[in-house]
Amino acid sequence: MTDMSELVLFKNRRPDKAATFEEYRQSGGYEALTAVVGKLSPKDVQQQVLDAGLKGRGGAGFPAGRKWAGVPETGHFPRYILPNTDEMEPGTFKDRILVNADPHLVLEGIILTAYAVSAEKGIFFIRPSYEHDAELIEQELEVARQANFLGKNILGSTFSFDLVVHRSGGRYICGEASAQINAIQGRRPNPRKGGPHMAEQGLWKKPTIVNNVETLACVPGIIRHGAAWFKGLSATPTGAGTKLYCVSGMVQRPDCYELPIGTRLSEIIDGSAGGLSPGSTFKACLPGGASTSFMPKQFIDVEMDFDPLKKIGHRLGTGAIMVFDQNTCLVAATINLIEYFARESCGWCTPCREGLPFILELLRAIECGEGKEEYIPLLRRMAGHMNHAYCAFAPGAVQPVYGLLNYFEEEIREHISQKKCPFGVVPQGSCQTVWANRGNGLYPGAANTKDKFASCPI
Amino acid sequence: MLPHEIRQKLTLEIAACEHAREKAIDVMYILQRHYGYLSDEAVHEAAGLLSMTPLELEELATFYDFIYREPVGEYVIHVCDGVVCWMHHEQAVFEYLCRKLGVGLGETTADGLFTLLPTACIGDCHQAPSMLINGKFYGLLTPEKIDVILEQLVCESCNPVLTR
Repeated sequence: MTDMSELVLFKNRRPDKAATFEEYRQSGGYEALTAVVGKLSPKDVQQQVLDAGLKGRGGAGFPAGRKWAGVPETGHFPRYILPNTDEMEPGTFKDRILVNADPHLVLEGIILTAYAVSAEKGIFFIRPSYEHDAELIEQELEVARQANFLGKNILGSTFSFDLVVHRSGGRYICGEASAQINAIQGRRPNPRKGGPHMAEQGLWKKPTIVNNVETLACVPGIIRHGAAWFKGLSATPTGAGTKLYCVSGMVQRPDCYELPIGTRLSEIIDGSAGGLSPGSTFKACLPGGASTSFMPKQFIDVEMDFDPLKKIGHRLGTGAIMVFDQNTCLVAATINLIEYFARESCGWCTPCREGLPFILELLRAIECGEGKEEYIPLLRRMAGHMNHAYCAFAPGAVQPVYGLLNYFEEEIREHISQKKCPFGVVPQGSCQTVWANRGNGLYPGAANTKDKFASCPI
Repeated sequence: MLPHEIRQKLTLEIAACEHAREKAIDVMYILQRHYGYLSDEAVHEAAGLLSMTPLELEELATFYDFIYREPVGEYVIHVCDGVVCWMHHEQAVFEYLCRKLGVGLGETTADGLFTLLPTACIGDCHQAPSMLINGKFYGLLTPEKIDVILEQLVCESCNPVLTR
């Protein structure tokens, strides 16, 4: 049963309270660091993580041990670790919950990773909406320093490493590794294309490792219990570890759940998340954030892991499952997603800057009943052009467009043939009546401002 | 003019950095807090402190959505317009707030108390629809809940002893 599975990352999760340093210590915290520093070589730590098969949890799924091995032995110093908490993939809130549940688990993972690549400095990159996380981490960093788990000569060894918080100014693209490096360097955070690998020349042209915090939080467990234990946590023979699945949308119990990686989508939705909301039936979901394709009902039993999803032409992404019900117009949902990406595009390269608004215009025309049959192949062609963009942002952004075209082409056609949205202009639901015609306004004359409801200024 | 103590503190912090530019966002945030927004004067002062040209700093300031180049209210309301909040009728939240506050998106109430802005998914999807006010999360929004939140903030700002 999924409810009985072992909690590794959420072992110390409590409602509305972060685990303290003492609580983390009592649960075996910092034992891995104590066992490693001065006793194992950095290469040994790398090898254990490589053997454990830990794949990056930020979306790309690149093996963490291989990323670290990219730092050349003769590579320059200082070396940097960038724990990435620029969690801006729509539907994703696992890092926020993880950092707030057990900050020292994340910190121990970062320190172990620093040891594995001989890094001296870490820069904890946090988005502005997560200011609370930034404050919590700064406070707990001081506690870790007092205990000599951080700072100069950690645990009396020759290994020194310290961590600072970088508060981002916002924008999705800062989560992209090369853009993040530009942001920290005080440059406009456009992504970089080509050039030397970041493990060789990243921040200030020094070896740099950017890892998602969920990935980093897996490291202490691997060191304490071994690679075989980590692999055994998985629901499938090919997977490794547990996964934080964020479930949201039209489900009974939206939340972030830690489950064996490879748990079936149906078990996550119907088991952990309590099934669909009353009156809702499953129409589709985005399985791993907004940069993944819609998945219709036929895939409901897929194992939620990198390889099984890849096999059916989908991506695990961040493991953020957003569930849409039968009353949702997926053309309208795709408009919301593309509006988001068009706004968040850094604007540097032409395919992304010009292509996403063009796709948006086509979708809006279809939604308003002004679509034409030829828009369908045009949408596919435009989505294909996104492969010429500088970074992975634009190809990711059009994944829901591909999902719409591949599985819901009939729904697009209905819009075109009926010359209107078959779902009505606004998605219908009980909330709509709750909000309608309410309130006379907090401020004088506020009720007469309907004409002021302008478009987004950003 | 930036008060002497802020200027001195920033000068020391920047001097302690290997590269002045790495403090750019921090400096913008501090000046924004001081002036209420990143005014033209603030852009010039920040650029001077960071040994950058005002244009180089402007290039950053206009990129980030939490750096405000125009005046904002005491409370900045960021309503999430991510796809999960959209499913939970975020549009109705916007319309309700616009009606309640008598402003359009991107506008500030005449008393300078509230600015209403849309923002990218804020990572509170399990409590959609959701918004941030000065960095604090408010989820599972209903008209009643918004009424209570706003009344409370209006009340707090009238009673400085309680909040500052």
